[in-house]
Amino acid sequence: MNVPIHYYLILSAFVFLTGLVGVLVRRNIIVILLCVELMLNATNINFVAFAEYLHDLGGQIFVFFTLTVAAAEVGVGLAIVVAIHRSKDTINVEEFNLLKW
Amino acid sequence: MAYVFFGYFAGVIALTAVLVVALRNPVYSALALLVMFFHVAGLYVTLRAEFLFAVQLMVYAGAILIFYLFAVMFLTEKTPDRYHIQSWGSLLIGGAIIVETAVLVGQHSVSFGSTVERTALSPPSEEGNTESIGQLLYTSYLFPFEVASLILLVAMIGAVVLSKKDLSESPPS
Repeated sequence: MNVPIHYYLILSAFVFLTGLVGVLVRRNIIVILLCVELMLNATNINFVAFAEYLHDLGGQIFVFFTLTVAAAEVGVGLAIVVAIHRSKDTINVEEFNLLKW
Repeated sequence: MAYVFFGYFAGVIALTAVLVVALRNPVYSALALLVMFFHVAGLYVTLRAEFLFAVQLMVYAGAILIFYLFAVMFLTEKTPDRYHIQSWGSLLIGGAIIVETAVLVGQHSVSFGSTVERTALSPPSEEGNTESIGQLLYTSYLFPFEVASLILLVAMIGAVVLSKKDLSESPPS
């Protein structure tokens, strides 16, 4: 008795949309990065569910590459956040206007 | 039975995903994300991806989330005083855990002495999840694997350079 795959797809879509809404509405840049992690996890759930249902391990392999991207994102992203915080003393994205003049 | 497990994991994942977005305090958002990572790992077990379960716990819950918590506590401007208040209930729980750990370790060190006889470690007859993933990763997906390691190297160098340079000073040109 297996759970049909569209249950996993609905769960993954819900988590992905939650992360997307979080990226759009939150103003704390660390919470925005957390929401990006939510979206990456939603894709991971999809990959593993399809790997199980298509009997192909390639989906599980791709989770590793998503994991690599997530690790690189958190490293570089938080370094940028620390650098911006050092120069502007805030982590509110509304006050980042370095590209305006 | 599969539906029960899926329902539990999916429910907690959906709830904590909403909490990550909805909670005001970034520390609570990060902790909700931690709970979500654990339940995604549980979902991987029901999908027969045991190696990814371990990787999810170690990399996501262990490394990435600690990094986020460090950044939250490092960058949040004014820390409320209630972070520094320790309740006496936590001392009780921590003491109970210490006593239980001591009892468990004590039992094991006693039983290791004489009564337990070793069984020969037979090689696993069937190829497991970890073996097949390793086999595939080092044959068919060798080139993407190397590219992934290059991405990690570039990210590491980039993080070091970014956190050393001070953005407020004018560029030397």
